[in-house]
Amino acid sequence: MKTVAEGTAYLFGNNIDTDQIYPGKYVELTEMEDIRKHAMSGSEEPDLATFFLPGDIIVAGTNFGCGSSREHAAMTLKGIEVGAILAESFGRIFYRNAINLGIPAITCKGIHDLVKRGDKVRIDFTTGEITNETTGATAKAEPMNDYMMGILQNGGIKPMIRKMQEEKKNQGK
Amino acid sequence: MHAIEKILAEKAVKESVHAGEIVNCDVDIAGINDLYYQTVKSFYEMGGEKVFDPDKVILFFDHYAPCATEKQADNHKKFRQFTNEQGIPHLMDINEGVCHQLMADYGFSRPGQIIVITDSHTTTHGAFGAFGTGVGATDLATILVTGKLWFKVPEVIRINLTGKLQPGVYAKDIILYIIGKLKADYGVYKAVEFAGPVLKQLSVSERMAMCNMSTEMGAKTSYIQPDEITMAYLAEHNITDYKIYETDPDYVYDADLTFDVTEIGPQLAAPFSVDNVDDLTAFAGLHVDQCYLGSCTGGRTEDFAVAARILKGKHIAYGTRLILVPGSRFVLKECLEKGFIQTLMEAGATLTAPGCAACLGIHQGLLAEDEVCVSSTNRNFPGRMGHVKGRIYLGSPASVAAAALNGKITDPRPYLEGGNEK
Repeated sequence: MKTVAEGTAYLFGNNIDTDQIYPGKYVELTEMEDIRKHAMSGSEEPDLATFFLPGDIIVAGTNFGCGSSREHAAMTLKGIEVGAILAESFGRIFYRNAINLGIPAITCKGIHDLVKRGDKVRIDFTTGEITNETTGATAKAEPMNDYMMGILQNGGIKPMIRKMQEEKKNQGK
Repeated sequence: MHAIEKILAEKAVKESVHAGEIVNCDVDIAGINDLYYQTVKSFYEMGGEKVFDPDKVILFFDHYAPCATEKQADNHKKFRQFTNEQGIPHLMDINEGVCHQLMADYGFSRPGQIIVITDSHTTTHGAFGAFGTGVGATDLATILVTGKLWFKVPEVIRINLTGKLQPGVYAKDIILYIIGKLKADYGVYKAVEFAGPVLKQLSVSERMAMCNMSTEMGAKTSYIQPDEITMAYLAEHNITDYKIYETDPDYVYDADLTFDVTEIGPQLAAPFSVDNVDDLTAFAGLHVDQCYLGSCTGGRTEDFAVAARILKGKHIAYGTRLILVPGSRFVLKECLEKGFIQTLMEAGATLTAPGCAACLGIHQGLLAEDEVCVSSTNRNFPGRMGHVKGRIYLGSPASVAAAALNGKITDPRPYLEGGNEK
């Protein structure tokens, strides 16, 4: 896991649901190269995938990712290589999905009003320090529980479980 | 401890657990929906070879049943191959229906169980006193590999329902009213328990609608303490193997709220969020293009019964369509036996296969730009049922039928003055 993310921020409001992040009609897609093209295509930034640069940052209000359990919503943002998602709060399943895929989903109260679309934002994951480099404003991320931090540090839950399975197998030998 | 904590403690093999603690629990049922072939991909990416226990895994072909595109058909084909290879006995193919309804129909949903399905509305199973929660594909794959999943023990919000339901007012109206007051993120990460004397007026079907919709206030899970109504349902389905947990009298709730339902009338959630709720009468007269009766929220036999009661011997309005999507083949069969489907088709309704259909904008009844739909489903987000400017008003099955009859949003109460017996 990187210790710092730095990029251009794209701003979203409250209760951005997974249908806006990734419309249901594209859920049948199974390959990342297809899935990434539809990032946020049901939202007010329908073309985000065409100009979003790797490491750029999504900033949102409350309950980001509410709604469906579709992992595609997190996958599509992984596909466009989001540096971090900063939100006032997250929909529960989306939050788990994001962390499982190794996406830093960071909860920070008041973040929505500290950032405008296009601002440069920097997050230090070790200290939780968030800086709006365009305005100089700062904020502090809410600490993440150790279990989730462990998943992120392993690069997501897949490498973590794979490692556990391999250790189990080796013990059996 | 709360009953939910006792379930989590038992499945984590611990004496006790407390809110905020991370526990790793054995899962009783791991359900995979056909939307998420990623589950199988993640399973193999994690080094999975054989699923932990094929008898505890269920595949549901509900969202794409039957397939509308080649890609969907390809996903089904690969899923069938996976279930064969893994020796998984429970494949609910395209003839079956929506996962949550089938869980009830087949008696998989029972008190004291941990039920995890790749569908956000898995909170539905709180109606049976189970711990039901939705997860994504990779979390489900973790269960397939290990048989377990981690949970943060949730705080519990208790919602006490007092008073008496008016005729023409249903569980859907009550839960919409509550979500309108508490808002869409009130219950995020938390469990919501429904309690109070009104539960005695609510059938299992109605309780399922209520627990189903708790997802729309962000809840991780929901809970109704099993009682004689639950037990009668289980007995009818020949289910005897279950364990009921009771909440300790000294358990302290995160919040303890009371809603008197007596004054609550029919409710609608207006576009584009489920907490944008008002009295139905505030929208009365608005032209409606499509009415949708179905889904894991509002597609059960009782829902078709009330629609048939409103539309018997009548015809839906010219310029309005009524789409019927029974929750499962059991629901469809029962509705046929009772004549509800015949009544509704004589009234001009369109019958589609049991499944999720247009509820999430996949197929079988999508909306065009600016079309208005009154729906017994659970979400009205932009683009949820087709065009991003399609306008969905969520309401009870009675409100759906009344809108179809008149081609405009209509108070269903005058059609149901004899009471709520269906």
